[in-house]
Amino acid sequence: MSLISIDDIYLLIGLVVAILVILTLRDKQHPKRLTTALFWGLFGSLFLFGDLAVNTLGAKQAHQIAGTMVIGIALLAGMGRVSLGNYQETSPAEKTASAERLGNKLFLPALLIPLLTVAATLLLAGVSFGEVLLLDPKHQTLAALALACGVALLVGWRLTGDNPLKAVAGSRRLVDSIGWAAILPQMLAMLGGVFVVAQTGDSIKALVSLFVDPNNRFGLVVIYCMGMALFTMIMGNTFAAFPVMTAGIALPFLIEGQGASPAPLMAIGMYSGYCGTLMTPMAANFNIVPAALLDLDDKYQVIKVQIPTALALLTTNIFLMFFIVFD
Amino acid sequence: MRNELLALNYWPLIGIPVVVLGFAMRFNPLLVVTVAGLITGWAVGMDAVTLLETFGEKFLSSRQLASFLLILPVIALLERHGLRERAKGWIATIKSATTARILSLYFVVREASAALGLLSLGGHAQTVRPLLAPMAEAAAINAYGPLPKPIRDKIAAHAAACDNVAMFFGEDIFIAFGAVLLMDAFLKENGIAGVEPLHIGLWAIPTAIAALIIHLFRLSRLEASIRRDIALWQANDAPTQQGAEA
Repeated sequence: MSLISIDDIYLLIGLVVAILVILTLRDKQHPKRLTTALFWGLFGSLFLFGDLAVNTLGAKQAHQIAGTMVIGIALLAGMGRVSLGNYQETSPAEKTASAERLGNKLFLPALLIPLLTVAATLLLAGVSFGEVLLLDPKHQTLAALALACGVALLVGWRLTGDNPLKAVAGSRRLVDSIGWAAILPQMLAMLGGVFVVAQTGDSIKALVSLFVDPNNRFGLVVIYCMGMALFTMIMGNTFAAFPVMTAGIALPFLIEGQGASPAPLMAIGMYSGYCGTLMTPMAANFNIVPAALLDLDDKYQVIKVQIPTALALLTTNIFLMFFIVFD
Repeated sequence: MRNELLALNYWPLIGIPVVVLGFAMRFNPLLVVTVAGLITGWAVGMDAVTLLETFGEKFLSSRQLASFLLILPVIALLERHGLRERAKGWIATIKSATTARILSLYFVVREASAALGLLSLGGHAQTVRPLLAPMAEAAAINAYGPLPKPIRDKIAAHAAACDNVAMFFGEDIFIAFGAVLLMDAFLKENGIAGVEPLHIGLWAIPTAIAALIIHLFRLSRLEASIRRDIALWQANDAPTQQGAEA
């Protein structure tokens, strides 16, 4: 038992999304009002009712319903039925006046989020009231983040006089501009799940082993590092690429075949995957979400800025690995 | 080799070209990924109900990925009341602040704190949008006056990149981080003994230092690149009377 459990956090996210859906429905000039509301409504209900459905209908049936809803979400986005609406914003003059009135106090709630999250993760882990833990022990950072956001929202309310409902309403433009990118990481986790069931990893392993010369050390290192980067770019996540590429190339050819040292091999191999993360739109929460958050005209601009660093680091990794792992 | 090529079961791989092709043809990524999942499942003979079940289970079990939605209301509230304007105004009072210096300082602090496991000290929603990007922009505006959107976008994109690069290449040094534990578990599963998580963290340090050197070098050249862009813009299409939006 814990006071802030992962289920509570899902409910909270669902509640925030539900408010956004209501506001979208009330936005009469919204060009795609109903379908945009349906898109976020389906998404939000997976947070609000997901656990409830698993508990009442059983995991099997609940997952089937959820899967059907996810396909609905993908279809709505795929047919271009999700768009921006109209938002009530404060004018630049009002913002400047308010910034002058509130001064550096405005930084306080913003800084509270990272600082409280870290402090709560470090200090409140294991804090309990009788039998009930404060933070979910399996999801401490997430519980700490939720707590920090709650406190920052209350402080922001007191500071500005705008209540939390207005705060959520204000976030609708941000959420809408992020749009489908907010959901892509979960969709990729889903694809990864299908790949596991389909044993895609074994096929990649077999395919790669056909093209690898087991005696060419440098060639093996290049294929492992580039394979990590490329497969990460497709899956959007290094953790999905790592077991496949490491079991397929590093383990049989480099560790067993050439006696490479495992610790540096894994560490540098994983980092080669991270170079791929910097270069792919599939890593939406790192590359596409920020482009939307920052209102960039080109949604690939963050990736474009990162490519030189990523390629330089991938090259560095290849040489580091070659000189370090064989001793 | 030819026989092995023919004998290989290619069907489980079909999702990969579907993703690449779908993306190249600019279909919506949600649709591309879903279709890739459906085709892969169909190609290996999963029945539709099991496939739906896998979809739903994985989507529900990765809901924590949406947690940044909780940060946005606070940021939106503060922005309604001039947070970004205040961040810009504050930088204007610091005469030695330049875009490259602000980003470099953030990069070093972010990578060092990530190496200590303090991953939540940064992030796109909580620090880059409300604080870092406006400050980096303001430093350039102090130096050169109002800037056009493409140059402001370039600075903001660099701010986002700083957060990513610094966090990625700092975090693996911290031994309790998930990636290190994943590697450790992988080795144990595959029967390779005698590797401590500490070793893995240790061998992350060379790449972390390389990331620091490479990215700080790039940032050191950013200032000159911004100056060039502005000179070009002023020579060609800077508005004469009404200034660009600051």
